Amino acid sequence: MNAISTIPRADNLGLLACHTCGLACASRLASCPRCAAPLHRRKPGSTGRTVALLAAAAIFYVPSNLVPVMHTQTLGGGFESTILQGVGEFWRSGDWDIALIIFIASVVVPCAKFLVLGFLLLRARSGAEQQRRDRARLYRMVEFIGYWSMLDVVVVALLAAAVQFNQLSAVTPRPGIAFFGIVVVLTMLAVMSFDARTIWDEERRRGRR
Amino acid sequence: MDSFPHLLVCEHCDSVYTRRALRRGEVARCLRCDAVLERAQRLTIEAWFALSVAAALLFLLANVYPIVEIRLRGLAGEATLWAAVAALAASDAALFALPAGLAFIGIPLAQIVLLLWLLGFARRGRRAPGFAFGMRWLERLRPWSMAEVCLLGALVAITKLGGLLDVAAGPGLWALAGLTVLIIVVAGRDLRQLWQVGA
Repeated sequence: MNAISTIPRADNLGLLACHTCGLACASRLASCPRCAAPLHRRKPGSTGRTVALLAAAAIFYVPSNLVPVMHTQTLGGGFESTILQGVGEFWRSGDWDIALIIFIASVVVPCAKFLVLGFLLLRARSGAEQQRRDRARLYRMVEFIGYWSMLDVVVVALLAAAVQFNQLSAVTPRPGIAFFGIVVVLTMLAVMSFDARTIWDEERRRGRR
Repeated sequence: MDSFPHLLVCEHCDSVYTRRALRRGEVARCLRCDAVLERAQRLTIEAWFALSVAAALLFLLANVYPIVEIRLRGLAGEATLWAAVAALAASDAALFALPAGLAFIGIPLAQIVLLLWLLGFARRGRRAPGFAFGMRWLERLRPWSMAEVCLLGALVAITKLGGLLDVAAGPGLWALAGLTVLIIVVAGRDLRQLWQVGA
């Protein structure tokens, strides 16, 4: 037995931490005596909610990539572009750095969230200490990258507001950007509903709340 | 006993530690999962309040002045944050105008208002009416506040237009840049230390 596994966990001491303000409370309480938020040993229905939200996000992810996110009107005519076409446009015009930023925010980050959360859901409550610590870091990473995917929504909205010269030049948002925004919100909710503490729970507790 | 303020529970793995006072610049980390447990308080309540007032002013400027300004053959265009949300609302993507408006404008505003309210009382050593409500909501709103994403988005939009049109950063962009930094400082997780005021 090494030093780390001797650090007590709140659950074993009859304690739980308030999700909202962090106060250590007696497990028997229903709400936090300090901030009045409801108390839970673990986030209620964590696994089910995370799976459901992640599945919903995956469903919306399809149209968010196939449906155009914006329409650009120029003197020569108009064209629609999806997120990936937008990235390609930057790449071809030589702005590889901007292409990379948008690609990371719009493609890599959402996909990373799907993969990492899926992996964490499958592997929660098992593995050696070091593996669990790596998974805890992985979770904090997806938590941190959370809203950066909203980047494309900002770009399209600002372009649409700034470029309004009728026939000469105009940018209009298309439904793809709404689908994409919904994906971001759903993945953020999925990450929030996952309870990182289950990574450290004993395997025999499977199924118990 | 119902609660144990002298204990520190890691929110990521449930490990329990005895809290000890941190010196300036110190960070307490969980030994089990390596998450940050607590940071030493960097700001006095007075400084915190002052930075929140500054954030409120920058918020105002970032919303009033254009973020992006463009010119095309004698025509001029500009975009404020409001106009950007309005452009979404007027389009086929109207469905997402409300969430975007909240994330880019409404939630940062709510954070600043709540902070001014709580800190305005805290600097006199008192708890504001609705203190617990305000603290709860500041905690809940934090992940949805996206001022920094707006900043990066504005920079990308400016670069995107740069090749086609005469484009410049509007005064709102500088205010937004300042606001981004201030929101991270004043509305971060360190906020929990306010629970110790007047307790």
